[in-house]
Amino acid sequence: MSKSLKKVLVALLVGATVLTLAGCGSSGSTTATTSTNKDAISGEINGGGSTSVQKVIDAAGAEFTALNPDAKFTYSGTGSSDGIKGATAGTYSFGCASRDLKAEEKGSLTELIFAFDGIAVVVNPANTVTNLTTEQVGKIYMGEITNWNEVGGADSPIVVVSREDGSGTRGAFEELVKFEEKLKPDATIKEGNGNVQTTVAGNANAIGYVSLTFVDKTVTAIDVDSVKATVDNVKNKTYKISRPFLAVYDQSKVDDATLAFLDFLMTTEGQAIVEDNGGISAV
Amino acid sequence: MQAIKRKKQKERIIENFFLICAFVAVVSVFAITVFVFYNGIKPFVSNSYPLWDFLTGVEWRPGSNMYGIFYMIVGSVLATFGAILIGVPVAIFTAVYISELAGSRIGKVIRFAVELLAGIPSVLYGVFGLGIIVPYVLKISPNAQGESLLATIMVLAIMILPTVVSISETSISVVPKEYREGSYALGASKIQTIFKVVLPAARSGIMTGVILGIGRAIGETMAVMLVCGNPIAGIPTSLFDQIRPLTTNIALEMGYASGVHQELLYSTGVVLFIFIMIINLAVNKLVKAKVGS
Repeated sequence: MSKSLKKVLVALLVGATVLTLAGCGSSGSTTATTSTNKDAISGEINGGGSTSVQKVIDAAGAEFTALNPDAKFTYSGTGSSDGIKGATAGTYSFGCASRDLKAEEKGSLTELIFAFDGIAVVVNPANTVTNLTTEQVGKIYMGEITNWNEVGGADSPIVVVSREDGSGTRGAFEELVKFEEKLKPDATIKEGNGNVQTTVAGNANAIGYVSLTFVDKTVTAIDVDSVKATVDNVKNKTYKISRPFLAVYDQSKVDDATLAFLDFLMTTEGQAIVEDNGGISAV
Repeated sequence: MQAIKRKKQKERIIENFFLICAFVAVVSVFAITVFVFYNGIKPFVSNSYPLWDFLTGVEWRPGSNMYGIFYMIVGSVLATFGAILIGVPVAIFTAVYISELAGSRIGKVIRFAVELLAGIPSVLYGVFGLGIIVPYVLKISPNAQGESLLATIMVLAIMILPTVVSISETSISVVPKEYREGSYALGASKIQTIFKVVLPAARSGIMTGVILGIGRAIGETMAVMLVCGNPIAGIPTSLFDQIRPLTTNIALEMGYASGVHQELLYSTGVVLFIFIMIINLAVNKLVKAKVGS
């Protein structure tokens, strides 16, 4: 009995030691391999931030690791502010934001615009309204227009769906539609693009906004100022509700693998991935 | 001699190992408390936001420096109260049925279902609420959206069932057989016995279950976030109004917040923490009272 207990204890200790050593090894090996072998890119690229860029970045990361099997790529969609914070603190090797950086966030960060995105105004497919002006959208979100019949639709109340405070999409939308900090008090708040879409799909009177990359058949993207919400229209700048996708990193902390990935993102191939995933090429 | 000494030493090493394991819980609760309180009290100590405005404000607009949580406290309390009002009677009658009335086979089936209910991840309750309860509420609601206090109460009422049922059932089953037999001997029926003898005898155990249920309801986050609507202002005045409980306020915005905004989310956590501590103290008192009697 006591012998077997001893064995268990020894096994636990050995296990713990091995784990600690392994931890040390992996953090040190990145620089070692990149300095000795310049051709192959290896190391861990650990990004995080905006959920709006997730689809694009995940696809680019998958392609990048397929080309460089020694590199490991992860991206956590935790929101623009978190991505910027993580990049500043060094917990992420790069952060992504789907809005411009605030003055206090800039610090020592280097910014790279790798794509543009449009924000689509979406309604339930049962809704007969197909076009709104930017001003009307703003008034709906401020609570000055509360019934669909005021904008040419059926006589039913408008259910306004917005995003949580701090969301890059919400920040960009409020800024572009010009109703900053004036969201009507009883708007329904949903976390994430997907939840907004589900809510709008499930309520015939709802209006919401999602990143253009998220629009699917369950909702209808309406025209804004008579311009369709399409990639082409964002690119030729006729569609007004659009914004940049940024990658940010700290020049003093960034590793070679991350830089190689960001370089890859800006190549023709990388930009093709951006476009394939609903983003709009930045070059 | 040497062998005995070695054996003793070994015993001590193993004892200390257990002590270290036991310390993990103590250190964790201590660290969490200090971390949340330290960050949560900071904005009031450094005067970056007045405590009174925080506790009595009814609008949450971080961008305009408005951080009022009073409407969230009201929302949390109403949702919890409603969940208890619906969930507790159902749970107690379930417990009575399992332990007093059901045959062993059907009792087993119900008990298994309740245990399974306890194991379902809370986000799935939320998805169920969003897919089934919210559209149903929308049909009967005078408002245009189904996310509401009512939807929240219904999801929470189901979520507290396992806690209240299992604790009530345990305390009902330890009521001595003689009590029931005495009651029958006086000519009481089965139902009379349950209401007049068994339930009163199991009262303190049932109360513990109810209070733990309250704790679960007030602390629930993921499921509630999907069905409550999370508006940025407004004290709910009807069952069909949307609410933003304290928990979802933290979960919604913590990932994005910085500066005072982030600190005040910790402060929201402190308020929640105080609620939970009051509930836990009540449980301890009840358990002690039970041992005393």
